[in-house]
Amino acid sequence: MPDTAIDLQNTVGAQPKMSIRDVHVRYGETHAVKGINLDLYQDNVTALIGPSGCGKSTLLRCLNRMNDTIVDCSVEGSILLDGEDIYAKEIDVVQLRARVGMVFQKPNPFPKSVYDNVAYGPRIHGLATDRDALDEIVEASLEKAGLWHEVKDRLDHLGTTLSGGQQQRLCIARAIAVNPEVILMDEPCSSLDPIATARVEALIDELSGHYAIVIVTHSMQQAARVSQKTVFFHLGEMIEYGDTTQIFTAPRQERTRDYITGRFG
Amino acid sequence: MTNATIVVVLALMALIAFAVVRQRSVALVAGATDQLHSLPRYHGYYAALMVALPGLVVLVLWLISGKYIVENLILSGLPSALVDANAERLDLLVNRIRLIAENGVGLETDDAILDAAARFNSLYGRGIAATLVLTMAAAGAGYLYAVGKVAPLFRARTRFEKILHSMLALSSFLAIGITIGIIGSLIFESLRFFQQVPLEEFIFGLKWSPQTALRVDQIAAEGSFGAVPLFAGTFLISLIAMVVAGPIGLFAAIYLTQYASPRTRNFAKPILEILAGVPTVVYGFFAALTVAPLFRDLGMTLGLDIASESALVAGVVMGIMIIPFVSSLSDDALMAVPDAMKEGSLALGATPAETVMKVLLPSALPGIASAFLLAASRAVGETMIVVMAAGMRPNLTANPLEAVTTVTVQIVALLTGDQEFNSTKTLSAFALGLALFVTTLMLNIFALRLVRRYRQVYE
Repeated sequence: MPDTAIDLQNTVGAQPKMSIRDVHVRYGETHAVKGINLDLYQDNVTALIGPSGCGKSTLLRCLNRMNDTIVDCSVEGSILLDGEDIYAKEIDVVQLRARVGMVFQKPNPFPKSVYDNVAYGPRIHGLATDRDALDEIVEASLEKAGLWHEVKDRLDHLGTTLSGGQQQRLCIARAIAVNPEVILMDEPCSSLDPIATARVEALIDELSGHYAIVIVTHSMQQAARVSQKTVFFHLGEMIEYGDTTQIFTAPRQERTRDYITGRFG
Repeated sequence: MTNATIVVVLALMALIAFAVVRQRSVALVAGATDQLHSLPRYHGYYAALMVALPGLVVLVLWLISGKYIVENLILSGLPSALVDANAERLDLLVNRIRLIAENGVGLETDDAILDAAARFNSLYGRGIAATLVLTMAAAGAGYLYAVGKVAPLFRARTRFEKILHSMLALSSFLAIGITIGIIGSLIFESLRFFQQVPLEEFIFGLKWSPQTALRVDQIAAEGSFGAVPLFAGTFLISLIAMVVAGPIGLFAAIYLTQYASPRTRNFAKPILEILAGVPTVVYGFFAALTVAPLFRDLGMTLGLDIASESALVAGVVMGIMIIPFVSSLSDDALMAVPDAMKEGSLALGATPAETVMKVLLPSALPGIASAFLLAASRAVGETMIVVMAAGMRPNLTANPLEAVTTVTVQIVALLTGDQEFNSTKTLSAFALGLALFVTTLMLNIFALRLVRRYRQVYE
């Protein structure tokens, strides 16, 4: 059994935002995630790293039940959000996803205007009572995503006409427009150029503290730059969890050291 | 000996050429095939084509012109009294001769004709023999040419590819040429029609009654050729069909792409598509024998008078027929929306229904619109169902409970049975056909444009 001890040195006394307890995920015959225990905290950016196919994206998609749409995917164990099991029967998936937002690998703005993209979530959840309130939410969300000054004169342009980096920040604005508590990011920079990546990373840094952020990334440098906690996965198991600085400077497990020094993966 | 013999002989010769030349190419390099530019089998293919193609050209020429030549020979050999007696309809005389030549003496008593029939058979037999010889000669020449060409550095593969290339191109040009020919004949005959009936009357006339006198001595009303009632009937029925097929097809597509499990989808989609494979004549009698009485009885209980041939029945059944077109094309349009859109919407806490309404349908709209247009063009051109269920009487009405007729039904009515080919009545069928063709062509072009223009939204 690998070392799954949870490092509590910076978070003693704090309540975890989300707790993952003995979670197994299977796709048909494939055992993708094998018994993970992990706590995620409000003030942290947690990075999930590991080679392709290690189950990190699968685990991430369990946190807002996006795996529900995959037919032969089964999840065992429990995942708690503020102490409530999100896989419990009485949980409304729609409500859950409003609290746990998600940003995808490729920017996926809707083929609607920039304004409508951001207003999409608030509209379906009835967050604004009138047009002015909606305008405010849209402006505030774009502001938080650092996109307001770039798009304020073309809110009526199609979201798909923005550059790749802008599109991804638009997707982040869209996610924060519904006031989530947790934001999941599945390799949010993998399709962006280095400059756009730097802007998104800076944005993640600004958002941390306001939202619990979980980011899956293939870039070790990115994990080191944006996260406070890092989890290393291999073959569906959690190999090591700890402060990002500790994982990258003094990994306890040999496999972690091999991976971050580029010897496999 | 028949024409089939020639084909068999030619095929055998090509096969022999393939085997011999292939062997020869191997022998030329003493088995070291790596010294050949082309693999031995390509030398063989090339030789086979060189044998088969010239032979085929001769054979095709014979098949096209053979009977014609023989007939002319027979005619010139007939007693002049017989020719003069039938001077007006020589083709009938020829037919009489050929009938006997092919089917035996029968009731024919005229010695001159019996004699001509015998000569026809013997001449035709000689024609085949001559063709066989010529075919073999052409094939033999091709063979000699191919054998002369075999050499280690001869580019048989390139040549073979080139011949293949031109044969494929020829096939596609043939198809295009035939299309152009059909359109050309439609236009040509329509022009003849419009010399007799003014275009304005055809397009704006409200009365369709094509009963013209067949012979000079016959008394009949002056026909009127206003196509409006026909097109009104066509569009009324198509509209009813779309009202049935549009929602059902679209909802089926939404269910199958968004809600159904893969197992349900794999099971339901092929069955839905079987609907498209049902012959339209089956729909036709389903409409006439099952749906029409059902609607009439239903109408009676509601106090409505539904004719036993009504636009409603034809439209509803036609709607059932085009459901698979709408659903299958809408299905494609919905599947073309990237999953990322759906996931993005779901991840924001939208319900599946909200996701369909606000993201998927708007994104797939051009594709869905074109699905509707293509289905409508199908409905406009559909014939069998309306022939059996819609009625024959031109009737300018918007009441779906009455019998109406459509363009296609009228074309069928105009061209079935004995017709004088040059009458205005018959020619009007071509004008109707042309108008119908232009309508469906417009719908199709518009639909394809729509898809092409908006498809670039996703790369």
